[in-house]
Amino acid sequence: MEILKPAMAGTLESSDAQVTVEPGNGKIQLSLQSSVMNQYGRQIRETVLETLERLEVQSAKVTVVDKGALDCTLKARVECAVFRSCGQSAANIPWGGAVR
Amino acid sequence: MKNAVGRDIPEYLLANGKEVYQGKNYMDGKYIQKASPRTRRYETPQESKLVDSIRTAMEQCGAKSGMTFSFHHHLRDGDFVVNQVMKVAIEEMGLEDITIAASSLGNAHDPIANYIEQGKVVGIQTSGIRGRMGEVVSAGKLKTPAIIRSHGGRPRAIEGGEVHIDIAFIAAPTSDCVGNCRGIGGKSNCGSMGYAMTDAKYADHVVVVTDCLVDFPNMPASVEAIDVDAVVVVDSIGNPKKIASAAARISQNPRDLMMAENVAKVIAATPWFKEGFSFQTGVGGPSLAANLFLEKYMDEQGIKMGWAIGGICGPMVELLKKGKVGKVIDVQDFDLDAVNSINQTPGHYEMSASQYANPANKGAFVNKLDFVVLAALEIDTGFNVNVLTGSDGVLRGAPGGHPDTAAGSKVCIIVTPLTRGRMATVCEHVVTVTTPGDCVDVLVTDYGIAVNPLRPDLIECLDKAGIPHVTIESLKEKAYSLVGRPDDLQWEDKVVAVLEARDGTILDVVRKIKPYTIPED
Repeated sequence: MEILKPAMAGTLESSDAQVTVEPGNGKIQLSLQSSVMNQYGRQIRETVLETLERLEVQSAKVTVVDKGALDCTLKARVECAVFRSCGQSAANIPWGGAVR
Repeated sequence: MKNAVGRDIPEYLLANGKEVYQGKNYMDGKYIQKASPRTRRYETPQESKLVDSIRTAMEQCGAKSGMTFSFHHHLRDGDFVVNQVMKVAIEEMGLEDITIAASSLGNAHDPIANYIEQGKVVGIQTSGIRGRMGEVVSAGKLKTPAIIRSHGGRPRAIEGGEVHIDIAFIAAPTSDCVGNCRGIGGKSNCGSMGYAMTDAKYADHVVVVTDCLVDFPNMPASVEAIDVDAVVVVDSIGNPKKIASAAARISQNPRDLMMAENVAKVIAATPWFKEGFSFQTGVGGPSLAANLFLEKYMDEQGIKMGWAIGGICGPMVELLKKGKVGKVIDVQDFDLDAVNSINQTPGHYEMSASQYANPANKGAFVNKLDFVVLAALEIDTGFNVNVLTGSDGVLRGAPGGHPDTAAGSKVCIIVTPLTRGRMATVCEHVVTVTTPGDCVDVLVTDYGIAVNPLRPDLIECLDKAGIPHVTIESLKEKAYSLVGRPDDLQWEDKVVAVLEARDGTILDVVRKIKPYTIPED
């Protein structure tokens, strides 16, 4: 998918993550902050990158402010931000396909 | 050298007879040579010991660079005294190389972090260390490693001369003109003054700081005039709103209540749950709520609690007033109900920290404790508990009476949710061992109960009562299946804090944390 405009999903509540995606310059630029960075930073980065790959996002500036979200939450927030950025979050979400 | 909980203690810390932790009750039967302070004779009768300022009091006590000043933490997050005294010492008098020996330190003491960064405060000995002070010490900015002790370990170290207090500062809600102090009757009341008692007896000099001067004699005194050199009246010793909360509320969180009910079930399934049993609980959500369910079982079986100790709060005072507990013996108060009850409600008494928990005296209250219910930041599969360092390795907690009550009691129950956010509370290895696993008996979580294999008798009790339990390994795996397996923290070699076991051996060290980089796969 192509990131067309800046979009955001999630909150700064405990156990959530706020994900912002913006149009990129041909690659994935990830900026990550987390309240559990020392123990889970590596896994959060992997989860975010895997989710973007599954959604076939190749160019994006992605900012994640994580407040201890579980992997399922991180995935959902990344998916939502990406679909919002393409104006496709209102209908025809590929449940069970690219979104799972 | 590896100690009994598997922690590697650097050899250079094992100087002057210091040993690594060898297991519970290792020091039993050994002798301790008590230290004695060098105190000034006040033979000429004095009408009053009032002086006009903290500075005058300090000058009268010969305050100079290199000294150790002690403080107690009954004013908790409302305390103004540590900051006031240290400001005078460092900014007005220009003293350097000061060591602070406090019963605990908290967020109220953030300004001390500046003195650490400036190299003016070079040593910290405390139970609790939090806020900015925790951050700067974790960043390696304190000249010597901080020494962290339990509430029982502290009076042991003071009485044995491991800490020599040059000047003890007593934050007194009320005092008379010669220094008889009480924790009630003033405008910044804290109730019990138990942690200050050993300081007053073993310090060379004692300065009382109060904001409410009362008529002589202020009786019954928690700290006695016979130990006091000078009395200073200041505008305020603390913010009453932060000293004691209005009332410790019993949690309404269904998860907390479920865990609390299981704690009470475990207690009621043991042979020590009988007329006259003894009990201590923390004030965390599920720990406090255990009171409620325990009362139900007491009523059902028609038994009463003999006595309760600890940090005391309203729900325990309530049980005392209802006649369901015989005596409450109190080292610190957490809410106004407890503050207003001590020495007022019949059966509600004050005790010193040594009387409460010191392992080197001839028998502290914790030694006769049947049950203690405690919380944990982390507990590992060896039942070792961490209540000191966060998941990022930064100092932000306090062992308090945790290791003392765990070691002394017949049944120590840890109650904690399996995960907090993304943190696995039940884990493979805790960041820092603050209470050794050989003192911890039962773990109650929202996903099940585990019993320490060192206690087959308790396993039998639970089986007989039909209370299901699982291994702690299976709880750890459940936690990791929810939140993922955490990466190991990245440390530098430098030791920033030494964690003493309550008997004075070294239980663990906290090292300087490395700035985080995502490990390459």
